[in-house]
Amino acid sequence: MSGFDKVVNSYEAAMAGLEDGMTVIAGGFGLCGIPENLIAEIKRKGTRELTVASNNCGTDDCGLGILLVDKQIKKMIASYVGENALFEAQMMSGELEVELTPQGTLAEKMRAGGAGIPAFYTATGYGTPVGEGKEVKEFNGRPYILEEALQGDFSIAKAWKADRYGNLVFRMTARNFNPMAVTAGKIAVVEVEEIVEVGELSPDEIHLPGIYVDRLILGSFEKVIEQRTVRSA
Amino acid sequence: MALTRDQLAQRVAQEFKDGYYVNLGIGIPTLAANFIPDDMDVILQSENGLLGMGQFPLDEEVDADLINAGKQTVTMVPGASIFSSADSFAMIRGGHVDLTVLGAFEVDCQGNIASYMIPGKLIKGMGGAMDLVAGADNIIVTMTHASKHGDSKLLSECTLPLTGKACIKRVLTDLALLDIEDGKFILRERAPGVSVEEIVALTSGELVVPDDVPEMKF
Repeated sequence: MSGFDKVVNSYEAAMAGLEDGMTVIAGGFGLCGIPENLIAEIKRKGTRELTVASNNCGTDDCGLGILLVDKQIKKMIASYVGENALFEAQMMSGELEVELTPQGTLAEKMRAGGAGIPAFYTATGYGTPVGEGKEVKEFNGRPYILEEALQGDFSIAKAWKADRYGNLVFRMTARNFNPMAVTAGKIAVVEVEEIVEVGELSPDEIHLPGIYVDRLILGSFEKVIEQRTVRSA
Repeated sequence: MALTRDQLAQRVAQEFKDGYYVNLGIGIPTLAANFIPDDMDVILQSENGLLGMGQFPLDEEVDADLINAGKQTVTMVPGASIFSSADSFAMIRGGHVDLTVLGAFEVDCQGNIASYMIPGKLIKGMGGAMDLVAGADNIIVTMTHASKHGDSKLLSECTLPLTGKACIKRVLTDLALLDIEDGKFILRERAPGVSVEEIVALTSGELVVPDDVPEMKF
């Protein structure tokens, strides 16, 4: 049974093997459901020339944004740049290569990457800069573009709970890209708020089976809120 | 008078129907949630993975794990559900969302929309907008009719990189409600107190003005 125990006890062990020039797929949407401490470990390691695929690149001082500060990212694959001045500035100056990818296409690229599907057709982006240079095929009279799947040397993700086998449960909208990100990494590293013993999770409540998870670590999270919006009672 | 942000949101909400699943973009579209009629049930889809988005939380209800696509803290209504981004866009791309409302920089009379970047000046990214316009049949674009300098944003051909091609059929601006049919804008309604002449002067794409163009009612 120990062969299925995915738990590692240090962030160093969690990210062991990450090398310059690798591709990392990261879960999270904005700062919600991001693997905070795994990102911090990449910053600490100083790994460079990374290609990172994630919906956003955090903010100037949070999330993946902290990897931009020391220019550890060579290429970013993301759908949204807004709210991150450093990302926009490095993109405009050409220092950072950016592949702007529609959000749904990005999610599907990760899903396909994890599911062994090399490419798929989608109408999203046809006739726009996203479709330039891509194969077009008509189905039922409508043009679609061919988008290729995405796989990472590593994927880093955040879940709420896990058992030692790496069976994962996500919480509210912190789920977002995390399940697909996990499946698309050759080495999938997940940090969670709670690790329970095997058998404590009901098979029906597991959102993502542990077969996709290689390393699991218990973290503590700051959970920065990007836009705290409240109503008055 | 040009419509206020609230009036734009109110006019958008008049397009809602009981039983509609609606995706509201960031900004004015989101405000439309405040004007859902009491006798109507509308479920809001947020593309980061939430169906059944509720109002903003009370201070003590704020939860960092529960946000909308604009990264604002929100709540869930009874009957809400949570899913991954891949599932979210399966709903969107698969045409399961009844109405999509989003903003734009430019729209043209071919139904093209530009909303995600201004080369050399501004890069926002398309977020989910490209998937939304490709997947939805029923889309309303909300925008100002012209720039602060009086340049029309309703063009014969978009000048900025496109978010979607030939996909927009209805545009609501601060001055007018227009449909797009056969390569022309059709003026359907005007903002209270705004004349047809003002709208004509600020519409650069081909515009058809029917005999009767009623004022919007609120």
